[in-house]
Amino acid sequence: MAKKIYSTYPMVKYLRKEALPTALCPGCGGGTVLNAFANAVDQLKLDPKDLVVVSGIGCSAWIASPYFLADTLHTTHGRAIAFATGVKVGLPDKKVVVISGDGDLASIGGNHLLHAARRNIDITVILVNNFIYGMTGGQVAPTTPFGAKTTTSPYRNIEHPLQISETVAAAGASYVARWTTAHVYQLIESIKKALQVKGFSLVEVISQCPVQYGRRNRMKEPAEMLRWFLKNSVPVSKAKDMSPEELEGKFVIGEIVNRTRPEFTTELNKLIDEVQEHFGLKEE
Amino acid sequence: MIIRGDEPEQLRLLRKLYKPGNYFMQGNEAVAYGALFAGCRFYAGYPITPSSEIAETMARELPKLGGYYLQMEDEIGSIAAMVGASWTGFKVMTATAGPGFSLMQENLGYAVMTETPLVLVDVQRSGPSTGQATKGAQGDFFQARWGTHGDHPIVAVSPTSGQDAFWETIRAFNISERLRTPVVVLFDGVLAHTREQIKIPDVSEVEITYRKLPQNEEEARLPFGDPHGDGVPPMPLFGHGYFTHVTGSTHKETGLRDVYTPEVHDRLVRRIHRKIEKNREVYEKYEEHFTDDAEILVVSWGVTARPALGAVLRAREEGINVGLFVPKTVHPFPAERMRELAKKARAVLVAEMNLGQMIIEVERYVNDDVLLKGVNKIGGVPLTVEEILREIRGVA
Ligand SMILES: Cc1ncc(C[n+]2csc(CCOP(=O)(O)OP(=O)(O)O)c2C)c(N)n1
Ligand code: SF4
Repeated sequence: MAKKIYSTYPMVKYLRKEALPTALCPGCGGGTVLNAFANAVDQLKLDPKDLVVVSGIGCSAWIASPYFLADTLHTTHGRAIAFATGVKVGLPDKKVVVISGDGDLASIGGNHLLHAARRNIDITVILVNNFIYGMTGGQVAPTTPFGAKTTTSPYRNIEHPLQISETVAAAGASYVARWTTAHVYQLIESIKKALQVKGFSLVEVISQCPVQYGRRNRMKEPAEMLRWFLKNSVPVSKAKDMSPEELEGKFVIGEIVNRTRPEFTTELNKLIDEVQEHFGLKEE
Repeated sequence: MIIRGDEPEQLRLLRKLYKPGNYFMQGNEAVAYGALFAGCRFYAGYPITPSSEIAETMARELPKLGGYYLQMEDEIGSIAAMVGASWTGFKVMTATAGPGFSLMQENLGYAVMTETPLVLVDVQRSGPSTGQATKGAQGDFFQARWGTHGDHPIVAVSPTSGQDAFWETIRAFNISERLRTPVVVLFDGVLAHTREQIKIPDVSEVEITYRKLPQNEEEARLPFGDPHGDGVPPMPLFGHGYFTHVTGSTHKETGLRDVYTPEVHDRLVRRIHRKIEKNREVYEKYEEHFTDDAEILVVSWGVTARPALGAVLRAREEGINVGLFVPKTVHPFPAERMRELAKKARAVLVAEMNLGQMIIEVERYVNDDVLLKGVNKIGGVPLTVEEILREIRGVA
């Protein structure tokens, strides 16, 4: 019976059928992200043979591997971007995409995220921010809102969440955008742009984890979480004129940065050319 | 499809850049040149004494050969980038020392589990912790063997001089490519910084091995299978349209994750062990001196093998029947030969720059009626000929 459902889903051609159905909980935002990414690839008419998708560890990491049908590298917790760096240097003409969670990419992997942005290596990162460690059972994350409840902040979270997009933009990325799973069309457009930008690009997706986050914060139903996203989303243009107090608990959505900077693999290959030229090593 | 580094263009460049002959250089430089001759064209690392000159040499030389030097943000990122690059077809290397080696352990395990060829040079320095950061030691014998988690095999080689470091690095690459496995080079801070005469050969004298690639679609669809019965699956590289899935989680022959079926885990992990066990001829290597009639056997490795040989030569002049056994591949240990030699000996001395590590391995192969004694020294200064000779005389 299950087969029938997949066969009517037009994006199924981008998925590893033998790995389906996905292990994601019903109502998880991860499905929306997978769908948006597949649609972006489809609309850009990218050949999956020209894609390498890398992920770390967590529920969100499974979106990329094993489900997406491309060369996929499912790595250790937090290190996806570092693995992807090696892949990109080896295959500079392929699109290298990292899809993983906020815990994976911004907590344990925060250093790699900053340095990849600083290097401006041509990798696209789709960071699924669900405010929680979903896979390990709902512990507090560096993105958990102030005051929220989790299994390891059972009374309330007294730490301030990391503003991932703003931080990565400050570190030097070429393209940074943030959307929520309630903004699917905008999300697809941003992923398309990110894939085409020559340089480091980050698309942060605020995503629902009804099972580990919503349940403990009075939003058991996925739809309640989507309504929460819609109600509290503020476009970047509007956020510019708002005070930090007014922005507390809001989700700033839209393009945070879009600029051209020298890209790492291009510079690396340019350097090699120059060195070989300088030492007279080029074949006559 | 070819692995990068074996194109005629690369041989031309190597010939043009490095004229055969004798050079005066550091052990660390010898490691770097060994890597370049072996075809390494990707280096990712993070500086740490006493290994940094390897990174510096690679940063200077790799671009000339069209290769890539990456200074990553830390050691964890370095080995991660190496694994990524290895799946695109590069021969890859990093060099580090104790603390950096510890940081790399998680992803070393990942490389074992995903059968990713890479070479990791650990220039051992004095520890624990930052210890005597600039001094040499031989304290990572077991970190190389058991540093990462789980049941896993490992191959580690250990050079005994700068010249040896050149050749052992090449051998490490060849083992790594042949068996699709990470290989550790256990070097040390003393040899790393010793300058001595090192002969650079012509490229034609260097035997180079490349990893097995899939011969057809079917082989490519089973990146973790065993189509040739030697336990070593052909490696379908990224970027060739095979849609390969690589994961550090337990996986089937197709690469797809299955962490629930006990048999799948058992089959995978046992095959990874078997491919190392069954291919001993690929990596087993040791040196022997005067072992034919040795009543006393000195066992030593790495930097300490040199004063050990000096001591054995001097003891022989004094008429003592002593021999020397030097494992060059230290993991897996040359168990069989060790057992044979230990049978003939009445005393076995294990000399190393630590408080007794290889001796624990040696003990497994020595009968109870044999006198087994460690000759150990820590503090960052290598054992001397006299110190080892004194111990030989003591049991003669
Ligand atoms: C080195 C290491 N530490 C901890 C873990 C356990 N772990 C697995 S997933 C995870 C958190 C994942 O959170 P996130 O990236 O936000 O993904 P989500 O499951 O929420 O999508 C943790 C801590 C691990 N696998 N490896
Ligand atoms: S635990 Fe949360 S993040 Fe993980 S699959 Fe379920 S809903 Fe999604």
